[in-house]
Amino acid sequence: MNTENRYHWPHKDLLDVTQLSRPDTLHLLDLAASFQEINTRPVKKVPTLKGKTVVLFFVEDSTRTKTSFDVAGKRLSADTFALGKSGSSLNKGESLKDTALTLQAMSPDVIVIRHSSSGAARYIADLLPCGVVNGGDGWHAHPTQALLDCFSLRQAWDNTFEDRTLLILGDIAHSRVARSNIHLLTSLGVRVRICAPRTLLPAGVDHWPVEVYTNLEKAVRDVDAAMCLRLQLERQQAGLLPDLAEYSRRFCLGLGHMELARPGAKVLHPGPMNRGLEISDDMADASASLVLNQVAAGVATRMAVLYLLATRNDGGRA
Amino acid sequence: MRLCIKNARHLEAPVDLLVDDNKIMTMTPAGHHAAPEGCEIFDACGLVLMPSLIDAHVHLREPGFEYKEDVASGLEAAARGGFGAVMCMANTKPVNDTASVTRHMLDRARQSHPHGPRLLPIAAATIGLKGETMAPLAELKEAGCVAVSNDGRPLENTELVRRIMEYGADLGLILIDHCEDPHLGRGWIMHEGDVSGLLGLKGQPPAGEALQAARDIMLAEYLDIPVHIAHVSAALTVDIIRWAKERGVKVSAETCPHYLLLDETALENYSTQSKVSPPLRTAHDREALREAVKTGIVDILVTDHAPHAAHEKDGTLDEAPCGFTGLDLALSLTWALVDEGVLTESDAHRLWCRRPAEIFGLPWNGFAPGDPADFFLFNPEEAWIPSRETMYSKSLNTPFLGQTLRGRVKHHWMGGRKLF
Repeated sequence: MNTENRYHWPHKDLLDVTQLSRPDTLHLLDLAASFQEINTRPVKKVPTLKGKTVVLFFVEDSTRTKTSFDVAGKRLSADTFALGKSGSSLNKGESLKDTALTLQAMSPDVIVIRHSSSGAARYIADLLPCGVVNGGDGWHAHPTQALLDCFSLRQAWDNTFEDRTLLILGDIAHSRVARSNIHLLTSLGVRVRICAPRTLLPAGVDHWPVEVYTNLEKAVRDVDAAMCLRLQLERQQAGLLPDLAEYSRRFCLGLGHMELARPGAKVLHPGPMNRGLEISDDMADASASLVLNQVAAGVATRMAVLYLLATRNDGGRA
Repeated sequence: MRLCIKNARHLEAPVDLLVDDNKIMTMTPAGHHAAPEGCEIFDACGLVLMPSLIDAHVHLREPGFEYKEDVASGLEAAARGGFGAVMCMANTKPVNDTASVTRHMLDRARQSHPHGPRLLPIAAATIGLKGETMAPLAELKEAGCVAVSNDGRPLENTELVRRIMEYGADLGLILIDHCEDPHLGRGWIMHEGDVSGLLGLKGQPPAGEALQAARDIMLAEYLDIPVHIAHVSAALTVDIIRWAKERGVKVSAETCPHYLLLDETALENYSTQSKVSPPLRTAHDREALREAVKTGIVDILVTDHAPHAAHEKDGTLDEAPCGFTGLDLALSLTWALVDEGVLTESDAHRLWCRRPAEIFGLPWNGFAPGDPADFFLFNPEEAWIPSRETMYSKSLNTPFLGQTLRGRVKHHWMGGRKLF
């Protein structure tokens, strides 16, 4: 690698997109693009992280994020092993601190943590010397999801973020995906709109760098992409919604809505989808849908993240 | 035994204080009179003379949670912090809802600190603090309780609040009211606002405090019985109290130094040391509270001393318990407000001594002849850092841990006897 092009990744951990400078983000997306090529080869494995250990510490349930990190690590030849709450001593009442210290004693290079508590990844990162990736903490942040969404949009938008408008639709208040995407994409110049009933909007949203809508037809007009968020069904039990059918009637994104958007506009969803609730069945499968592109982008993006954190102390190979 | 404190500073003036046996004899301008013959003389040059403070809201954790704090360690922290009396809440294990628990607390205090500070237990308002059945308040009063409260758990049942106020009034027990709507923001971690929105944490709206304060203030007006609003944190509650006082309602209120110094941004780094109930609120709330204590709308300062063990605060924000330790720090934090010009030394006397004594009918030292000789000397210039080495509480759960504070209590007398 040319010394002049050598990029120094300054972060021990990836906890939140707010820690990333614009050059950090663009470098990471470029790196993900180079790793994506590996995923198209007949033999999808390189020795880049051979001898490195990645722990997938998922205290909260996850299918796609955990699998995505697992595949990402293995494609780079890292040794990965997964630990969940049920398989760990957390289930026996051990504290998060002691479980994390136990994991650290096995000398991992990177720990990916998902936890239902906002701030849990930061707590672990402050405690441990190894790299920590936030795989989603409470309602707070999901940085790799935002990065993969950004990666998908960058490809769909021909590498341009300026003059683009994204609508994020659904349960913004309880969404770490929304918080991370709003920060990352607005920092790259994207105009972001959000749309939800007021009961699903967070406190202080008037001070966020977004346009706030409560009417989907108005919100979707002339956007370049719409991102649906999964509605957790317990929101109705919590008294935030009167009825799921009513929510669907007001906020389920369908093909008709996208006719109001700009030509060629795309649709994203972090999954898993509630078809017919926040996204219509035909919308989910339409050509405008980037849902499966997001999954593919997830592996490439997480390869880039693991590479940058696991090689941080290896003499600036990045 | 006679004692003469010479050259102390009191309300910005140099004074000499003469103590005869356990009472104040005279306080005169420094050098005005020679000390009587045979009198013990203590030169207090450079030190501030203050009456022993009263903390109307502490949690001493004994019985049941002695690993966090016990009566002995709590009273030691109180003495070192300048407090001559502390009123301890009933959320112990067992709850202080029977005379035997009250007597146990008082016995422990007599054993560990026979000469002070005084422990003044607060009776549980309801059996087990469950909010269902009124506790035996007469029995608790006879055993030594000085007020009644369900602190830690809001009373949902308005009819029960009314009956506790009425029954307590007959006994001279004022209700110290933990005002928190139990439904609004249930499961909260911090104040609901800009910071909670960004951090992805469930918030408690300030209206939750103001709503219940308004309810109980209206009951107090209807019944013409005093009520005391605990740990006010929100500007909206201050407005309700101001409105009530203007109407002549017998309402008093307290807040804590931390609500005058910190705001919601203290949680931006997810620090469990900044998690407290009620939560730290906005800069606007902080300013409203500063004005309220200055003008007397909020009558008194309390610590709401709530010790927790280190391992309990070491975790994620949603798991960590609410509460700050406060007895060791209260005066230094108050002095920070004096240094800032928010309060005067005289305000500090009023907020920490005169008004709590008036509200709860307690003896206090106004440095008039015959007043109890409960006082301390304070060095306002001494810098110190809260740590295991410098604090006397068993627990160190405070957002001020490791920060440099100014002002330390150097010597404390109670009943004319030197505690240290």
